[in-house]
Amino acid sequence: MDVEKYSGIIRYIGKSIVKIVSLLIAVSILSFILVSASPVDPIRAYIGEVGMANMSAENLAKLEAYFGLNIPPVQRYWNWFSDFVQGNMGSSLLYRQPVADVIQVKFMNSMVLMTTAWMFSGILGFVLGIVAGLYRGHWIDKLIKGYSLLVASTPTFWLALVLLMVFSVWLQILPIGLSVPIGVNAAEVTVFDNLKHLLLPALTLSVIGIANITLHTREKMIDIMGEDYILFAKARGKSTVSIIRNHALRNIILPAITLQFASISEIFGGSVLVEQVFSYPGLGKAAVSAGLSGDAPLLLGVAVISAALVFVGNLIANILYGIIDPRIRRGSAYE
Amino acid sequence: MNNTSSVTVLQKYQRRKLNQRSQTIIYLAFGGIFLFAITLIGTLLGDVAITTNFTQKNLVPQMAHPFGTDYLGRDMLSRTLKGMSISIYIGLFASVISALIAAILGAAAATLGKKVDAIITWFIDLVMGIPHLLLLILISYALGRGTFGVVVAVAISHWPLLTRIIRGEILQLKEANYIKIAGKLGQSKMKIVAKHMIPHIFPQFLVGLVLLFPHAILHEAALTFLGFGLPPEQPGIGIILSESMKYLALGMWWLALFPGVVLLATVMLFDLVGQSLRKIIDPRSAHD
Repeated sequence: MDVEKYSGIIRYIGKSIVKIVSLLIAVSILSFILVSASPVDPIRAYIGEVGMANMSAENLAKLEAYFGLNIPPVQRYWNWFSDFVQGNMGSSLLYRQPVADVIQVKFMNSMVLMTTAWMFSGILGFVLGIVAGLYRGHWIDKLIKGYSLLVASTPTFWLALVLLMVFSVWLQILPIGLSVPIGVNAAEVTVFDNLKHLLLPALTLSVIGIANITLHTREKMIDIMGEDYILFAKARGKSTVSIIRNHALRNIILPAITLQFASISEIFGGSVLVEQVFSYPGLGKAAVSAGLSGDAPLLLGVAVISAALVFVGNLIANILYGIIDPRIRRGSAYE
Repeated sequence: MNNTSSVTVLQKYQRRKLNQRSQTIIYLAFGGIFLFAITLIGTLLGDVAITTNFTQKNLVPQMAHPFGTDYLGRDMLSRTLKGMSISIYIGLFASVISALIAAILGAAAATLGKKVDAIITWFIDLVMGIPHLLLLILISYALGRGTFGVVVAVAISHWPLLTRIIRGEILQLKEANYIKIAGKLGQSKMKIVAKHMIPHIFPQFLVGLVLLFPHAILHEAALTFLGFGLPPEQPGIGIILSESMKYLALGMWWLALFPGVVLLATVMLFDLVGQSLRKIIDPRSAHD
């Protein structure tokens, strides 16, 4: 392998990682400030109203010291940060477990949901975009475009409610919520059960997620179909399939992949809402519960982890762009 | 039609009823009027939206109550309209604030030198790095939830994209030949900005502002739905939909369906207004 050719990109990746680390630290500081500024009293959230009333002033002071509320904020952030780097994110007030453990479980659940939706919406959106672009102005194009524009304005949580109404309440073929059946031993939960509970949330996320990628691919497809080399290929009598495969696909798949990687932030936002509607035990649901019950450590943990997810997605998108597109690889786009 | 044969090709083209531009203006007017109507009706409704009537509980949609009634006998149509008008007000306020922040930061990034530019770009990356909904939750949490929390959260979190656009536009403009020539001809900086730059940037700013509405409204509804936004006694769209969740299993579909459709329609209309505005303002698309 020619190292010289790739030295630019290696330097670029190194630079990006430094930037991501700095941004992540900034995200944690910003989140820490926001969480600390909250009027929600962590002690009240921890022991509840009744506990507050029955607690002596002495014990309250002890608890305050235990939570570190008498330490100045900068010091407190530093303590949190040095623990965080070592993998200790504090303990969740809501779940009474270390935040790291809670997030680990929820993260896996969310990843299954988001990856399914991400792959599905990406592939289907891409295919729909190609079809629409190919048949520009045809009713198929109008249908696909109309659908995408409609879905782009649809509130995710409302669509989730509608699908829940249709499939769970009306047709009664899919479960109303959660990721596994209630009252069944964890060992007896089958893959089929998991799939059944995953289907509706993933479907909701995919249906919404398709819009962007479809519209984008359609635009690109229309641009490319107007190029001279396509006209020439047609003149040589090549079939539509081979034109798509040999000339169009390479040009449009890259921006599509990039777009899909850059859309992780939106998918995460959608998953927060979808998890709420379907009571799916993922990161989003954990964040909402944490916010509603004043569980600051958990909220902080989820914020940093999800930001890391978004940054890594963006980084992958940029690297892919650089590796595959020779113009960017050689050029000075990274400067 | 006995004189069809005498129509030439050129005359045929003239017979097209409406060109793209008039069509766009009609869309724009229609969208604008519809949104204005929703807001006005919602504002003038008064207390109908929160009046309970236990003799008319859980009614399916019918003539007297086109959207049905809920478990307290409240008319869903008036609740939906009221909620929508609240959402529109919040969206309006939030997008104006966000657009102003975007204009100031975008202009600063493009004109105040490399350091300022780097700092602002870094901040854009920072804010865009946290998933938007999570950022809204964090801000709302910091402000103790409630109406104030949601308004501020939606208002101060929508600027990054528009900032990027405005920054890019100004950077491009600075390199444009006519701006450079104006400078070489000895025109003062203030005059160049006022005469050559603002007329170019302002329409884009306006379109960006209108296109922020749909996002702001959707985010407000989502945040309220999750329990961070408007208080439960307000007839917000998010509140209505999250309440409807408890009654879904009982088959009360109308509680969720209609308010959602109105929200969807409003968001689409704002989007349509924004897109039409862009088409009208942008000279390049004038002849499409």
